[in-house]
Amino acid sequence: MLRVSLRSLLGRKVRLLMSTFAIVLGVSFVVGTLVFSDTLQRSFDSIFASSAGDVVVRPDGQGGGPPGSRTVPGDVVDELAALPGAARADGQVASIGVYVIDTDDRPVGGFGPPALGQGWSDAPAVDGREGLVIVEGRAPEGPEDVVLDTRTADRAGYSLGDTVPIQTPGEQARVEPTLVGLADFADGGSLNGATLAAFDPATAQDLFLGGQDAWTEVWVTAADGVSQDELVEQVREVIDADLEAVTGDEAAESNAADLQEAIGFLETFLLVFAGVALVVGAFLIVNTFSILVAQRSRELALLRALGASRRQVTVSVLVEALVLGVLGGTLGLGLGILLAQALAALFAQAGLDLSGQPLVIAARTPLAAYSVAVLVTVAAALVPALRTGRIAPVQALRDDVALPESSLRRRLVVGLVLAVLGGAALLVGLFGDTAYAGWVVGGGVLAVLLGVTAASPLLSMPLLGAAAALFRRVFGTVGVLAGQNTLRNPRRTAATASALMIGLALAGTMSIAGASASASVDQQIEDSFVGDYVVTNVFGGPFSPSVAEALVDVEGVDRVAVERYDVARLEGDFVFVGAVSGEDLDLLGLELLDGSRPPSGDREVLLAEQVADDADVRPGDTVVLEVPGGEQEWTVAGTYAANPVVPATALVSPEAFSGRAGFADQDRMLVVFGDGTAADVLGERIDEVLADQPTLAAQDQQEYAEVQREPIEQLVLMVFALLGLALVIAVLGIVNTLALSVIERTREVGLLRAVGLGRGQLRRMVTLESVAISVLGAVLGVVLGVLFGVVMMTALRDEGLEVISVPWGQLAVYLVLAVMVGVLAAVLPARRAARLDVLQAIATE
Amino acid sequence: MTVAASVRDLTKIYGSGQTEVRALDGVSLDIGAGEFTAVMGPSGSGKSTLMHCCAALDTADSGSVRIGDVELTGLKDKALTALRRDEIGFVFQSFNLVPTLTAKENVLLPLAIAGRRPDAEWFDQVVATVGLADRLGHRPNQLSGGQQQRVAVARALVSRPRIVFADEPTGNLDSRSGAEVLSLLRRSVDEHQQTIVMVTHDPVAAAYTDRVVFLADGRVVDELRAPDRDAVLEVMTRMTEAAAPRDDASAQEA
Repeated sequence: MLRVSLRSLLGRKVRLLMSTFAIVLGVSFVVGTLVFSDTLQRSFDSIFASSAGDVVVRPDGQGGGPPGSRTVPGDVVDELAALPGAARADGQVASIGVYVIDTDDRPVGGFGPPALGQGWSDAPAVDGREGLVIVEGRAPEGPEDVVLDTRTADRAGYSLGDTVPIQTPGEQARVEPTLVGLADFADGGSLNGATLAAFDPATAQDLFLGGQDAWTEVWVTAADGVSQDELVEQVREVIDADLEAVTGDEAAESNAADLQEAIGFLETFLLVFAGVALVVGAFLIVNTFSILVAQRSRELALLRALGASRRQVTVSVLVEALVLGVLGGTLGLGLGILLAQALAALFAQAGLDLSGQPLVIAARTPLAAYSVAVLVTVAAALVPALRTGRIAPVQALRDDVALPESSLRRRLVVGLVLAVLGGAALLVGLFGDTAYAGWVVGGGVLAVLLGVTAASPLLSMPLLGAAAALFRRVFGTVGVLAGQNTLRNPRRTAATASALMIGLALAGTMSIAGASASASVDQQIEDSFVGDYVVTNVFGGPFSPSVAEALVDVEGVDRVAVERYDVARLEGDFVFVGAVSGEDLDLLGLELLDGSRPPSGDREVLLAEQVADDADVRPGDTVVLEVPGGEQEWTVAGTYAANPVVPATALVSPEAFSGRAGFADQDRMLVVFGDGTAADVLGERIDEVLADQPTLAAQDQQEYAEVQREPIEQLVLMVFALLGLALVIAVLGIVNTLALSVIERTREVGLLRAVGLGRGQLRRMVTLESVAISVLGAVLGVVLGVLFGVVMMTALRDEGLEVISVPWGQLAVYLVLAVMVGVLAAVLPARRAARLDVLQAIATE
Repeated sequence: MTVAASVRDLTKIYGSGQTEVRALDGVSLDIGAGEFTAVMGPSGSGKSTLMHCCAALDTADSGSVRIGDVELTGLKDKALTALRRDEIGFVFQSFNLVPTLTAKENVLLPLAIAGRRPDAEWFDQVVATVGLADRLGHRPNQLSGGQQQRVAVARALVSRPRIVFADEPTGNLDSRSGAEVLSLLRRSVDEHQQTIVMVTHDPVAAAYTDRVVFLADGRVVDELRAPDRDAVLEVMTRMTEAAAPRDDASAQEA
């Protein structure tokens, strides 16, 4: 029997390969994602391994977050160096938002990897590991010296001796030191596109810590034979209560935690793509196997007549699926590694530079590839395989063999039940208060899609009937033939269309989400934009407070409202904790809810409505904030309505922000109010002030709205990628089904040709059939997409996305694309049909 | 007598060298208009090949085929398709109806493909002749074999082709259905002067025709006018005896 399976596979390799291709795509996404994220993880190893000394002393509760305003007093260093277990102690100064300006006056790098500034230190990292070392030139020694990492110097176009403009978030917004050295990781590791500017420690203190004799943290290096644990015990005995000491391993781990979360998110996102490809691919496999089994039913009946057991016949089909799965896994593995390379290249474009880091292929990668491929293929082939078992041996002797198939009515019932259950799960997940809401929603969507697919042979009848009527009217006989062909086997037509349906349903949902988010942002900005110009760092980073001071003095500027904010955690969830002075709050038009008042003192926090809801707290309650100042309890003073010019989702007083909370003294956003001077004149004057700070930009309402919409538009781009993937798989599915149908109908095609159907007419017939399938899939998909999208956006209404916008134009484009997909998919099968030799076709049994 | 189709020195060779088979070996033949002609011969005699070449389904290696005034040799696929559509009707052994279309739609298919309007009167007449008036809305799988073949005959007649080719039209039918189909063909010759060429190996079927042409080894070897079953059988027996010494060769051909 095994031989029979393999023979039969070899006899149909092209068709089967085509259906495997969807699995190959799905698997390659899985593999690509795993390889890429492993590589990414590995590439950060040297950065994090070098990010801590044997023991790190830092302000208590600082954790692995960004450096804040709280520091370690300078005199601690000598005390620590004198410990018996310490070989040395070195003060470190670090900051982000330190941009190297290139020869074209543009900042190097950008989104993603940080722009780092630090005090130069040759202190060894954990376990004596050498961190950054000077590879050319010398270490910085005075206020006029700077050292860059080799790659950044390269990108900016500077060599030793050049003057390097650098933008800092400190009091001195711009400095222009001389490049005296180039640094790199001793072990060949890379900064992954982050930029690094290192100054001598005193200069760094001046620039980033306001000139205090203090350090962001202190590294204590263990003497020979002293363990991290022993050393940390000694350190803890001598330091003050407002400082903490942790082992280097611990510090490195906590430094890496946020990044790991970000990579995990990316991984999830990419795996969703893989999941979609696999689900759609599974449909394709089911369909292909169903058709192949139907075509071979006489052969299979013969096997049964010759004494093969029901089980043997079923197993032989499953063996075919297994072989295909292994093949798909292998091809997917190869393609996935290429995909990982492509992803790396894509991320390099966005600034995350992984060059020099070889791809990491962990053991789990091939394991995942093969198990996913085999599981999906075999599971998909199971239904057709079981059906073959029901072929009666006597059918081998009959002329026309029909495979027993489940009744359409039963499929309708099963499908509708599944869809209703899925819909219920979807609603519960979106509107209810469940744990694992994401899984519930995902499962619900999948159930609805499967249900509609199961019911679609009947659901699609009216649509196909309409298409047939239209074809008849427009294309005459050719149209009639095509229309009848699509109705001939509604199961097959619907199953083929479902590939496209799923892809378009998801793309449609995302389109609606994107359009609604865009429209909501627009409306919010329109409703609440105040002032004339908003000044922000285009990379989202902090900038120097000196900018606000300079702007106040500009002629025509009446007021400048200053906003600060930074990342923190509230009850474990990320929030932006910000500070705005009381008068500026009025100026910004922040709407305080239910008799709330501005936060005062250093214990009160004002929460955005949504944040308060999520944390389930009311004014007067106590919340725990994890800020650079440590894990602290704050009292909720009140809540406020979301406001696009106030990105912070929690507000404290400016004093508490840099005081108790311990954030750095850096601004994030300025809102400039003019005194009535013409907007364009005012704009020009502001731009003049910002001229030497290339990362800062002033935007009016319209520009600000555009910038705010940008991430949404990027999301929409991702949707198009998803759509593209779905289209590719759908084309494959339709090609496959049509090719198989043409083979099945060889004799009929021959007859039509014999009675005078021209090649062109025949091609048109196949094309129309294909278009009917693809449009069916697209219509079902778009309808489902609109349903999913509207339901989802309704559920998100109270999260600040108040406008539900259905991009009809875009959806219409999907339909047009579907027609094109249909035409495209028909090319090969139509050509094949047209090329059939009439005589042989007629003689074919 | 007007000639509906003529064949001159038609040769068709399959394979080459040792395996060479001359399916047609210089056949010349005129088909009279308004005549019912049968082509007979043992398996491998070339009768099917001859019909396929005449019907623009296959091309010969040399020689010429004319349907009416049109020389088929050298025509491209497009012209051949048009010729099949407009000048030729087919009846196949295995009915070959389009399963998705009703009987009526099947009958009208060649006209519909050509984009021609059916002549309503003629259509009614054809339908009446084949006796399917009450079956027009049925699909092929709702019809018996004999009914399906009568639909196929109606399809061949409805476009008033210059010539109808029937390839073993009764091969898949029981004798009663077969007789129905044959008398139907006969009547269309008698009443509508339709030219019909039928390939068959059944002497009973041949007896319905005006003329029987006998083929053996790719050549015309004999001919009968106004044949009856016994006369046909006699010629066939004679041919079998003549072929007996070369039995091995014919067996290979077959």
